Order: sequence, then C-alpha cells, then structure tokens
Amino acid sequence: MELILAAAIGVLVASGVYLILRPRTFQVIIGLSLISYAVNLFILAMGRLRMDAAPILDGANANPVDYVDPVPQALVLTAIVIGFAMTALFLVVLLAARGLTGNDHVDGKLD
Amino acid sequence: MAELNHIAILPILVPMAAVIANLLLGNLRPISRVRLNLAFSVVLLLVSILLLVVLARSDGHLAAVYPLGNWPVPFGIVLVVDRLAAVMVLVTSILSLAALLYASARWHSRGSNFFPLFHALTMGLNGAFLTGDLFNLFVFFELLLAASYGLTLHGGGRNQVKAALHYIAINLVASFLFLIGVALIYATTGTLNMADIARAVPLIAPDDRGLFDAGAAVLGVAFLIKAGSWPLHFWLPRTYSSAAPPVAALFAVMTKVGFYAILRLWTLIFANASGPELAFGQNVLLVLGLATIAYGSIGALSSKALDRLASYLILVSAGTLLLAVGYNAPGVTSGALYYVVAATLAAGALFLLKDVIDQILPAEAQVLAVSLEIYGDEEEAPDDSDEVSRTLPGAATLVSWCFAIAALIMAGLPPLSGFVSKFAMISAALGAGPTAATWWFIAALIGSGFLVLVAMVRNGINIFWTSLPDSDVPRVRTAEIVPIVVLLALCVLLALAAGPAMAFFAETAAFIHSPQGYVDVVLPQGTTP
Repeated sequence: MELILAAAIGVLVASGVYLILRPRTFQVIIGLSLISYAVNLFILAMGRLRMDAAPILDGANANPVDYVDPVPQALVLTAIVIGFAMTALFLVVLLAARGLTGNDHVDGKLD
Repeated sequence: MAELNHIAILPILVPMAAVIANLLLGNLRPISRVRLNLAFSVVLLLVSILLLVVLARSDGHLAAVYPLGNWPVPFGIVLVVDRLAAVMVLVTSILSLAALLYASARWHSRGSNFFPLFHALTMGLNGAFLTGDLFNLFVFFELLLAASYGLTLHGGGRNQVKAALHYIAINLVASFLFLIGVALIYATTGTLNMADIARAVPLIAPDDRGLFDAGAAVLGVAFLIKAGSWPLHFWLPRTYSSAAPPVAALFAVMTKVGFYAILRLWTLIFANASGPELAFGQNVLLVLGLATIAYGSIGALSSKALDRLASYLILVSAGTLLLAVGYNAPGVTSGALYYVVAATLAAGALFLLKDVIDQILPAEAQVLAVSLEIYGDEEEAPDDSDEVSRTLPGAATLVSWCFAIAALIMAGLPPLSGFVSKFAMISAALGAGPTAATWWFIAALIGSGFLVLVAMVRNGINIFWTSLPDSDVPRVRTAEIVPIVVLLALCVLLALAAGPAMAFFAETAAFIHSPQGYVDVVLPQGTTP
C-alpha cells in the first residue's frame, strides 16, 4: 500500500507541477488542484498508514494502539476546505482576467 | 498573569466583530459606515496598546499563554503573547488605522466590500503574530491571504487582475509547501505546538532527523515566499505597485509576517541548538538576505514611478531583516526589531504619499519627469529665476517634507529612526566579534542605504522640482494627509525615544534568543506529556 500511495502522490505532484508551468490559466488551476490532492494524501500518510483502524477513540479504556492518529485527518479536513475555497476564488479571478484581457494566457498577452 | 489572559484574544476578535458588523449592516449610510469602521480600528489600536503595556509592565513575565477553549496545552491550540508578537500586533493596528482613515476619504468606494476584507486581513495578520500553533498559523495565513486576494483586486483594472493572478497562483503553491512542511514536522515530532516542537527536536530519532530538516526547509521556503526573499519575490513589486494605495500600505506589514515566522521558528528550533558552527539554514538566510538587498536596491534605482520604488524598498527591508535574522545574535536582532517598526510604518506612509502626490501633481508634470529621463534635459535651461523664488503652496510643502522624512528613514540617514536601527545592528555585529559575515553585513546595510538614497533623491527631484501649475492651487484632503503625517511622526518619535525603545527591543531579542524561556512559559514543568 505504501508503494501505491507514494506513486499516486508522486504522479499527482509531477502532473501538477507540469500543468502549473503551462501558459494557460485553466491548466494552472488544474495543476494547483492536482497538487492540493497530492498534499492532502501526503498529510494523511504522515499520520502513518493503517488499514481498518478508526480515528475516534471508543470507550474509556480503549487502547490507542488499535486506532489511527486522528490529528492528520483533522488537518486534511481543514486543508481540503481551505484549498477548495482558494481554488474557487482563483477561478473567479481567472474568469475576470479572461474577460478583461480577452484571452486566457497567464500574462494576459494578446497573441 | 490572569489580567492579560483575555486581552490576548482581543486583537483577533475585534476585527472579526468588525467583519461581522460590516456584513450585517450592509445597507448603512456610507458616512456612518465609515465611522463604524474607524471606530473598530480605534478600538483595535487601543487593545493592542493595552496588550503591550500590560506585557511590558509585568516584570518577570515576558510572555503569556492563552489556551483556546482551555484545552490542556500541547493538545489544544494556544495563543502566545510575547513582546515580539505584541509589537507586531501594535504595528499592524497602527498601520491598519492609518490606511483605513486614508481609504475613508475616497478609496473605499472604488469597489465592493472594502471594509470587511480590510478587517479580515487585519484579523489574519494579528492571528498569525499571536498563535503558538503551527497549523493554526497556516489557517491564519490563509485567512490573511484570502482577504489580500480580494483587496489586491479592489478598484481593479486590467493590470490589477493580471498582477493578482500571479500573486494568487504563487501564494497557493506556497500554501501547499507550507502544508507539506507542517505534515513532515508533525510526522517526526508528533506535535504542532511550536514550543512542544522545540522541546521534541532533540529527542528525534537520528533516522528521522533528515526528514525533520527537510520539513523545516520546505516550511522555510513557504515563509521565504511570503517574506519576499530573492529569488521567490518576483510577484511582489508588481502586486504592490498595482494595488490600491491604502491596501498597499497595509501590505507593507504582510511581508513582515514571513520575517516574523522565520524569526520565531528558526530561533526557537534551530538557532541555539549548535555551538560555534553555523546553525541549520543560517548560511541560506545570510546569502538570500544579501541577494534580496542587492536586488531590491538595484530595482529601486531602476524604478521611475514612486509606487514601484516603494515596492522595491519593501524588498530592501525584507532582505535587511532576513540578513539580520541569519546573523543570529541578540544585539543584531534587537536592532532589526527596531528597524521592522520604523521601516514598516515609513513604507506604509510612502505608499499613501504616492497617491497624494498623484493628486497634487498634474499628470503631464509626471509624464514630463519621466520623459526627461529618456530624452535628457537640454531644453530645461536654468533661466527661469522666478520659479526658484516662488513660494510653494502649503500642501505641497507638507507633502515634500513627508517625502524627505520617508527618504531619510528608508535610506538610514541620521538623525531619524532608520539610522538608529542600522547603527544598532552594525555596532552589535561588530561588538560580537567580527567575522567574514560581519563585513558583508555592514557593506550590505551601508551600500543599500546609499543606493536607496540615490533612488529617493532622484525621484524627489523629478516629483517636486518640476514646475507646478499656477492656475489651480493643489489641495490635499485632511483625511488623506493626516495618516501620512502621523505615521512619519511616529517614526520620528521612535528616533527621539531611541533609548527606551532600544532597551525594550534588547530585552525582547534576549527573550527570542533564549528559546527555553518560551518553552517554559508554554509548557510549565510537570505538564509535559
């Protein structure tokens, strides 16, 4: 599982970086989204990978060994919400730039 | 320190209340809306002064902890107020009140939702300065960035949207780097509380140490982007010079958040871990600081418009601060803290001043000034002796005096606060035993001061020694000139009170450079898990 997750994160980041360096605004925003997915997976992986373990302690005498670390899951939740909001905001600016400059080049060039 | 406890959260709550009030009272009359917002900013300023005074008065307590929701410390989020945080909050409050007063004259009506975004930015800045939790720092960063995205677009035209597009893309990438760094640090230390991280770092297994250092380095890159360090700063001049002037004035404190985060975390975690050898990342900070100063100074020389010049001055001050942090000596840090207050206030004033000058001078005079540089000034023969003897109108005199004071502070010439701070940094660097870094440090401070002086004087000549139109006497709105005068007067006051101020900053720097004190305040003995 570690290998699959690592490969997934790597592929997402690589595609994201490639897209961010492209000249069209829509490609940049897709690249940013891909990187944000990779970062979310990465945060989750930093809490150590566990299968079939719940993050929420159940009962007073629960053994923490049976559970997965809940903190990264909380962090991912926050990161997803913030990343989503920022992407939406960026999309609005992207549309404004498209309207004002007449094309979708990141520098607003007329070619 | 029970009396401090609830004051600690107020610099965050007051702007939040202002945001909510603005959203609820959306259809208020414009004049009462402006008054409401100014009232909120005045309250915030009073709260910040109170916070600093309470902290400075309480002997023996250099910092106070405010556990949010009263959760036990390493598990819940804490706010930590020490003198550094309190000073930064005060600078933010002063600058935000000045910028808001300035904006209340005209700029707030150039677009929608100026006031809520402005207060949200203030709230994010104050939160970032006060928090003692790494992930909470990320949340406040995002809060201030989201507000700043909106504000960059305020009153927007084509150039502003283009600059904002770059600005947002860069900062989104920086946010992802921030998250990666935080995740790596959490993976190796198992905590997000800054004091707890400092406590846990020596206990990291040798195998994980590389992972922790990588996380810290990634986090450092994110902070360097925000701080405007060379080669990560190319978004800055364009964004700052295209933003609305009151927004740009508040942005002057935004690069200082990056500086603050580096100073806080680096001194807490790395700077004191090593003996005589360089601490982790120290050479990087020194080299980047030097490069930023060099780039900013040359950029200042190359800029013809005052707003671009002010943006490059922001870069020069960012480089100076990075260099001072990298120097890693308490004396230099105390000079840098003095510098950050003076340079931020003066840079904010300069952004506002640029807008006032735009109103006073007719557009053709400024075009002439620019074209003079391109075509030479052969036709400008010195035969118009009536120009020399003519008395300038009062408003223009005031504005030119403000410009001169800002130039003196920025270039670091005596007798004003820029000189005091640079003198303090250089004398502390020499006093701590000169090394090769010391001479680079001194050369950078003095050289950048000289280049900035040349750039400012040249711009001043272009702006003020052109012939003013005789027909209409330039007028300046009171609400617009007062914030500039007050900001610069505060800088002058800082120079007059240099003795007590330097003593205060020396104590602050001593506290910053003894991280055990910070850890002990946040995690008292016996509560460590």
